[in-house]
Amino acid sequence: MTDQKKKRVEMKRQDPQVRRRNFNEVAQGYTAEEAIQEASRCLQCKKPMCVQGCPVNVKIPEFIKHIKEGDFAGALRVIQETNSLPAICGRVCPQETQCEEKCILGRKGEPIAIGRLERFAADFGKNGGNGGDSPDGGDCNDADPNGDDCCNGGCTGDDSRLKVAVVGSGPAGLTCAGDLAKLGYKVTIFEALHSPGGVLMYGIPEFRLPKRIVAEEINYVKRLGVEILTNVIIGRTLTLDDLFARGYKAVFLGTGAGLPKFMGIPGENLNGVYSANEWLTRINLMKAYLFPEYDTPIKRGKRVAVVGGGNVAMDAVRCALRLGAEEAYILYRRGREEMPARAEEIENAEEEGVKFMLLTNPTRILGTPDGWVRAVECQKMTLGEPDSSGRRRPVPLKGSEFEIEVDTVIMALGTSPNPIVSKTTVGLQTHEWGGLVADEETGATTRPGVYAGGDAVTGSATVILAMGAGKKAAAAIHEYLSGNSVGG
Amino acid sequence: MYRILEKRELTPVTKLFVVEAPLVAAKAMAGQFIIIRVSEAGERIPLTITDFDREKGTVTIVFQEVGKTTKMLGKLGVGDKILDFVGPLGLPAELPEKGHLCLVGGGVGVAPIYPKAKAIKQDRRPVRITSIIGARSADLLILEQEMRSVSDELYVCTDDGSKGFHGFVSQKLKELIDSGAAFDEVIAVGPMPMMRATVETTRPYGLKTWVSLNPIMVDGTGMCGACRVSVGGQTKFCCVDGPMFDGHQVDWTEAMRRNAMYVAEEKIADHQCTCGGGSK
Repeated sequence: MTDQKKKRVEMKRQDPQVRRRNFNEVAQGYTAEEAIQEASRCLQCKKPMCVQGCPVNVKIPEFIKHIKEGDFAGALRVIQETNSLPAICGRVCPQETQCEEKCILGRKGEPIAIGRLERFAADFGKNGGNGGDSPDGGDCNDADPNGDDCCNGGCTGDDSRLKVAVVGSGPAGLTCAGDLAKLGYKVTIFEALHSPGGVLMYGIPEFRLPKRIVAEEINYVKRLGVEILTNVIIGRTLTLDDLFARGYKAVFLGTGAGLPKFMGIPGENLNGVYSANEWLTRINLMKAYLFPEYDTPIKRGKRVAVVGGGNVAMDAVRCALRLGAEEAYILYRRGREEMPARAEEIENAEEEGVKFMLLTNPTRILGTPDGWVRAVECQKMTLGEPDSSGRRRPVPLKGSEFEIEVDTVIMALGTSPNPIVSKTTVGLQTHEWGGLVADEETGATTRPGVYAGGDAVTGSATVILAMGAGKKAAAAIHEYLSGNSVGG
Repeated sequence: MYRILEKRELTPVTKLFVVEAPLVAAKAMAGQFIIIRVSEAGERIPLTITDFDREKGTVTIVFQEVGKTTKMLGKLGVGDKILDFVGPLGLPAELPEKGHLCLVGGGVGVAPIYPKAKAIKQDRRPVRITSIIGARSADLLILEQEMRSVSDELYVCTDDGSKGFHGFVSQKLKELIDSGAAFDEVIAVGPMPMMRATVETTRPYGLKTWVSLNPIMVDGTGMCGACRVSVGGQTKFCCVDGPMFDGHQVDWTEAMRRNAMYVAEEKIADHQCTCGGGSK
């Protein structure tokens, strides 16, 4: 193997000094030439390990072959057979611990850049390939959820199709709905917020996942025949029982993240303390970074500390820079090795000027006399024996307290699953920590006909794991409903 | 979209809408709220449900024009549609089964106490209801007739004495307690200073007092944590744990400070609204 073959084709990114102050996408994607060059590195393994590493089993060598041959629309078609959200996955999946980790090329050099190629196929397959495959179907965008019939005549689909309800339009729900629609079911997604997409809309920032891309992939799912009703909170506006009474034969719960976690230290309710959920929702869903053009405000901190070491913490701190922060810190109680964020996101943040204060744990947040954040008091930590997560347990160093002057603190410590459905539904068991009890292979909950997946089951995890869960549940729902109809 | 079927101007700055929202109407209970958005660039704001009609599929809201969103909302008329209208949110109020209840409503806060009184009377619970409603002046008083229809006694107060008792609702409440009214509990809704004053009035008497808090919210479904309040030393999320709390347990200083977090930004947005997008 030549040296050139060992290395992957680099993808252009915005210059760190420029991008740290704008919300445009950081990674620019491959050109056609670059994509073909990278695709040519693929060994086209007979027994591709990469596919096993993909939670939604994308036929990776097959789509890469299409790119190599210049058939970008064909590449997209292959991906869409198993994945309805390729432009999203190509951007936010942690490929380095999934498909790319299994790539044979990775043993002697760099694995093939599957994520970048998937993104390319999704972006170019649409434009160059006449929109990829787009099955005809009514676009139910404006269906009125308050109408008697959810579809209000917008969808004049085949009435003999069995109805399935999907709760939540995040990655788990969209995937489950897309797969079920392909299997011939009449699927309705119920979304609590005013726009669909879940964490893809409210959580992941524009500079990592443009909302235009999310909207396009949601439109693809709609074109598969899926109807999406916004402003309907299952558990409040309609209950799970109402859904069955309205003729839905099965329900998938992809309700996602719930209440944000706080540390329980003094000062967390001072003005200027945000949960990462609130911070990101204001910025991404409500577009507070465009205030006053958009009405939702946000405090543009000059000195911002984000507590946590995951991808959400990286998103939050990078947003702080883009809102004009002069200093932006990550405070994390363990070491760099233990950080759960993707290496790529940590590097991106570092390049943009984020300061990492590792082995550092906040003990209290200090306020001004009128109740605004003034500083955060931290303690230095050292690593002890491994804990239940296998990572070394952080132990406080006595007498090591020090203050960092900040005006904004963002807690990115994860969330507990949303309680609204489980609290308002009989027969749905939850774990002590709030996650829905669901079979790992099928997503089946403790109530017949009800399936679940994504953060609602696992607690905070990744987009692709939620999609994998949605996919498995779709297959299980299909089996459940076809079994029912055959067995009577 | 959610069509406005009826509009009433209760005061020059307080409007009542009857909105077509059958799914919300079917599930609404006294004490719950909805979240609205008026335009694509708009904010999500919570508003308490004032009334609902399950058969007609309507929900009634009352709001005071205090900022950009409520002013834009106030410009809508009969036949217009509200872009987003989602609910019912929050926990229903836990209303007494018997005894003597005092309902205290200040300003636009009279609107949220009305459905509580109505629910008790509709259920024919053996509860005696004494209502104290107030406003800065007579022309700002709302829903007096409606409140009279669901109360056993009604007292009207105005800060300037232009109608009824000259003084605050909390002062009237103290007068009634001191003259022997044996209330079993109090529900107070209105501006933060009014609820706080009511709570401080009843505290020495050990009289249970519920309040309905209205903190800043974004999603309203238990996801963002913007609406957290300290109650009895614990952090509660108003949107899923509230909006009603034991007023004697609420950290009022913190709650009022948090509600004022975006005062500067609200002025900017409001200015833009009144001047038509900042043009001269």
